[in-house]
Amino acid sequence: MKKTLLALLAAGTALSLPTATPVLAQQDTAEACFVYVGSRTDGGWSQAHDMARMEVEEHFGDAVTTTFVENVAEATSEGTIERLARSGCDIVFTTSFGFMDPTLAVAERFPDVKFEHATGYKTADNMSAYNSRFYEGRFIQGQIAASISETGTAGYIASFPIPEVVQGINAFLLGAQSIDPEFSVRVVWVNSWYDPGAEADAARVLMDQGVDVITQHTDSTAPMQEAASRGIKAFGQALDQIEAGPETQLTAIIDSWGPYYIRRLEAVLDGTWESENIWDGLESGILTMAPYTNMPDDVAALAAETEEAIKAGDLVVFSGPINRQDGTEWLAEGDVADDETLLGMNFYVEGVDDQLPE
Amino acid sequence: MELALAVLVTIVTAATPLLLAATGELVVERSGVLNLGVEGMMVMGAVGGFLAAYLSGNPFLGMLAGVLFGMGMALLFGFLSLTLATNQYATGLALTIIGLGLASLIGEPFVGRAGIRPPHLDIPGLSDIPFVGPLLFGRDPFFYISLALVAGVVWFLFYTKPGLTLRAVGDNHQSAHALGIKVLRYRYLAVLFGGACAGLAGAQLSLVYTPQWSENMTAGRGWIALALVVFASWRPMRVLVGAYLFGAVSIGQLHAQALGIPIPSQALTALPYAATIVVLVIISQNRRLTMINTPASLGKSFVPDR
Repeated sequence: MKKTLLALLAAGTALSLPTATPVLAQQDTAEACFVYVGSRTDGGWSQAHDMARMEVEEHFGDAVTTTFVENVAEATSEGTIERLARSGCDIVFTTSFGFMDPTLAVAERFPDVKFEHATGYKTADNMSAYNSRFYEGRFIQGQIAASISETGTAGYIASFPIPEVVQGINAFLLGAQSIDPEFSVRVVWVNSWYDPGAEADAARVLMDQGVDVITQHTDSTAPMQEAASRGIKAFGQALDQIEAGPETQLTAIIDSWGPYYIRRLEAVLDGTWESENIWDGLESGILTMAPYTNMPDDVAALAAETEEAIKAGDLVVFSGPINRQDGTEWLAEGDVADDETLLGMNFYVEGVDDQLPE
Repeated sequence: MELALAVLVTIVTAATPLLLAATGELVVERSGVLNLGVEGMMVMGAVGGFLAAYLSGNPFLGMLAGVLFGMGMALLFGFLSLTLATNQYATGLALTIIGLGLASLIGEPFVGRAGIRPPHLDIPGLSDIPFVGPLLFGRDPFFYISLALVAGVVWFLFYTKPGLTLRAVGDNHQSAHALGIKVLRYRYLAVLFGGACAGLAGAQLSLVYTPQWSENMTAGRGWIALALVVFASWRPMRVLVGAYLFGAVSIGQLHAQALGIPIPSQALTALPYAATIVVLVIISQNRRLTMINTPASLGKSFVPDR
């Protein structure tokens, strides 16, 4: 009844005042739906989102019900997103870069449903974008890698050449070269977010070629396990993966989406939800670093110091002078990269020993 | 030298599951049955193998369980497509879907646990020979089984009477039936053999390739095995060539990337598929031979008239 009244009121207001701000529609319950690109038990990216979903359930109790669909292929995700929108979800969180255009397409067809897309850059009146500055963590990883590596080369297992992954590679290298200017990174693209076999192959190949630190931007724990079997150090991805490599993991970038999801659902319940474009870093807690383990104390101290400096804003990862891969100037001394450039980053910085796939 | 050895070892590991599953499927198809459920049987073998090894601490029990899980799935396929004479294509696809779902369900509590690797062979003397020793005499059991399997299948299909009978069943089940051959019995045995091989291939994935259980960890390898059988025109030795070629190119392209060779990575990722198809098509150019080797009754249901 209350809902109907509000709707009538809203309709009336909209008629009389076409330019009025959206009417705040409070609601008692909400249904939040989540779309995962991988399995919710992948030990990485999708599991991190699912853990956040469970935090939401715990926080709101009966007020918020959640639904999820896992293993959704990016190419065919539009149907899944549309089905969720149709089935009564108040808000749909789509949690992979490749869901961006499908989410936007569905958002245009369902103006009454709210959408939130992770790690992209497109928004609409009823579609937010939210992201985490993972590259801040990658910079710290680069510093650690350069501090402990004996061969001066790290291996980087990459998924797809999208801006987020390119940012990560660049930040890792900048971090490493802040310690050892000669440090190099070997990049292998597996063209998949999740294929334990291919990720393990990539790790083996990189170790065969002499890298002694492995980092990854793919979602399984297979590279960590391979590194462990050869006594080489590695970084965890998306979750604390210390269980997969108790003597291997140096640290991990932990995604903690829970507080963000809770904040957004509060906004849905209050009727204060608005389309936003959020890109938070270490300082906000949307990403945290796992304990610095399996490294000398001075390296751990350095990493912690860098983390604090980034949080305090004293250290900005993409600040000049930085050259592009071909040696031309990108950022002059004192310049700081703007978010727009970073979100569309499709070039390497100087020193990356790889050709970026077009 | 050390790098070359490391590269070869990685190639062997990558090729073995394909070789195991494709050899099994080859026997199935030679009997006239097309089982598109290789991926499903493989993933069940992976979860079964992992669970048994993890719970018992014995990797050999894991291998056995992989075989049994694969055979269990094959039995289901056999009951539907042979006894009930359902459409083999649809039944095989359903088997893949069931296998992927069921394996995820069974394996869920065990995701992320570290698996148990079977020991590598170690023959004092032989395994110590530089280069050749570690490559040939220091591998995991799956490697030796896969090679023995190919040899065994060649011998069985082309040098034994039951092998000849099996091929006859695959070429013309009506004539075979008229000669008094138990068509369905042969097909059941072939399907079960195929399941055992696919299950073993799955166990290789969860015990050797990446010793862990993770959902959908077969990642399409069952489909590659199926394609290998066709492109090898149902010849076991060509399956062997195809599997190793696929493994070699897929590992080789990773090395090319890590060395920074400037070829787009998407093209490199597609290379194993393209190269394998091209090579197998070239070596199968003799169309008469290919026709002789193609099981003429492939995919057709058989209902005995009593």
